[in-house]
Amino acid sequence: MGYTIAEKILLAHTDKKDIKPGEFIETKVDLALGNDITAPIAIEEFKKSGFDKVFDKEKIVLVPDHFAPAKDLKSANQCKVLADFAKEQGIKNYFEIGCMGIEHALLPEMGLVLPGDLVIGADSHTCTYGALGCYSTGVGSTDLARAFVDGKCWLKVPASIKLVYNGKLNKWVGGKDLILFTIGKIGVDGAIYKVMEFSGPVIRGLGMDDRFTMSNMAIEAGGRAGIIEPDDTILKYVKEATKSQSHKVTRKYKIFNSDKDAQYEKVYEWDVSSLEPQVACPHLPGNVKGVSELGEINIDQVVIGSCTNGRISDLRIAAGILKGRKIKSGLRLVVIPATQKIYLEAVKEGLAEIFVKVGGVFETPSCGPCLGGHMGILTEGEVCLATTNRNFIGRMGHPKSFVYLSNPAVAAASAITGRITSPR
Amino acid sequence: MIIKGKVHKFGDDVNTDDIIAAKYLVSTEAKELGMHCMENIRPDFVKKAKPGDIIVAGKNFGCGSSREHAPLALKGCGIAAVVAKSFAGIFFRNSINIGLPFLELDKPENIEEGDELEIDLSHGIIKNLSKNTEYKTQPFPRFLNEIVEEGGLMKWLKKSRKV
Repeated sequence: MGYTIAEKILLAHTDKKDIKPGEFIETKVDLALGNDITAPIAIEEFKKSGFDKVFDKEKIVLVPDHFAPAKDLKSANQCKVLADFAKEQGIKNYFEIGCMGIEHALLPEMGLVLPGDLVIGADSHTCTYGALGCYSTGVGSTDLARAFVDGKCWLKVPASIKLVYNGKLNKWVGGKDLILFTIGKIGVDGAIYKVMEFSGPVIRGLGMDDRFTMSNMAIEAGGRAGIIEPDDTILKYVKEATKSQSHKVTRKYKIFNSDKDAQYEKVYEWDVSSLEPQVACPHLPGNVKGVSELGEINIDQVVIGSCTNGRISDLRIAAGILKGRKIKSGLRLVVIPATQKIYLEAVKEGLAEIFVKVGGVFETPSCGPCLGGHMGILTEGEVCLATTNRNFIGRMGHPKSFVYLSNPAVAAASAITGRITSPR
Repeated sequence: MIIKGKVHKFGDDVNTDDIIAAKYLVSTEAKELGMHCMENIRPDFVKKAKPGDIIVAGKNFGCGSSREHAPLALKGCGIAAVVAKSFAGIFFRNSINIGLPFLELDKPENIEEGDELEIDLSHGIIKNLSKNTEYKTQPFPRFLNEIVEEGGLMKWLKKSRKV
């Protein structure tokens, strides 16, 4: 019986000769990640349990990005816990303001995550790196504390489901629309405790940024991972990222592919040629409609950014639509590049100038308003269209505010009209 | 271990933003987090919850973010156990790791708000004292039981490293 790519990666990180879905295994991780919200609990647990030295200072990454730059005194304290721990333990992959970015855009960009890796992160969107052909999964703070001690993590081997996308995508339709469409079809628990393996000619035709967007939102269907088998696009990206990175990774990448006779619990196959831009309506990411089916939805704010859609190609798409226009009077446009590198590229390419000239703000990298942290919180009754990943009740602020999710093209077009609008 | 308490009933897809909103994630204290548990979806929840009470919910409980603050907040406001049709992956891990008891029950719809339950964790048996019925659930596999019985992942780890 063959293995899926996920099973092969997991197997390669155990002492076992064979694994099967449902089994509990102890794995060795290649990288363990924490942020300013989750790492403080991990560090506290680590110390409280009487440990004083991390297992490998090269394999731990700490990124203050959620409430950073510190939004208030308590956040400043949490960020300092990370900074102090990194200093004390000699963890070099700690990214202070100035070299920081949203963790899930930053780590691949820095070349810290490689194909074939097993990565755990105390953040649910750690599944983003599956786009590089690795197994990366969100865990909790105590899992991170344990990994600090011995570099290991217990996992229940998930069954895999395969999602095959055929056809040719329409203009203005990309990775975000494919993943929203998928969550809409299978539901917010459609992949609960499963690996989602994205495949088919449409996936092969996507650039890396769109692939990251898809893997990023696997968790929104309950997926433990969202994996894409390595191809030339992935390898070219990794080569580039590891060439330019200053934080050298010593391990080699490994290419794993699913066997022809691999077992999938379910296979979905869709022709997406007629797909239009998708929008997730309040208050679940699975509450998805085509943009033309929405009716008139007036909005107060547009957010373009996050670990889902804050990468350079997202900003290029948005700026291309906004260039030479003005946003709707009274509407707030908040653009947040995901990393410093993306920020600089956007400045050099003139995108930042476009966002400011149309009446938007161009902010420093941060998770910011995505989780209701800062830099664009909604008050009672306000409606926001965001390129982020969740639209739960109160996600971006007041429990009586409303968040719609879309791709950056719909977000930009809607900023001009003041209502959710197709970019065509 | 026997848990006895009144039921607070919730629906499907209760997410971690519902359990504890992100604005409170500037604390790591269970008691402090517990003061805001379920605030966005049921503002009077914390007032009504008594130590030892039990949450019964539908599918996909704890979906969304990885925040361990969610099971911590539940513990902090006195919730002794969660019973649901299914649990999201990270919430499942976090609950095991911090020792918040939970059980998967096929038909939570048979239990109503305010019912009094008595849960025998080691045998996976839930007695509904208000309805005079009993439900059987799958007990944890051995590996998870070891962690739970040690009182959480870090205690289990300390013990296993000494061997």
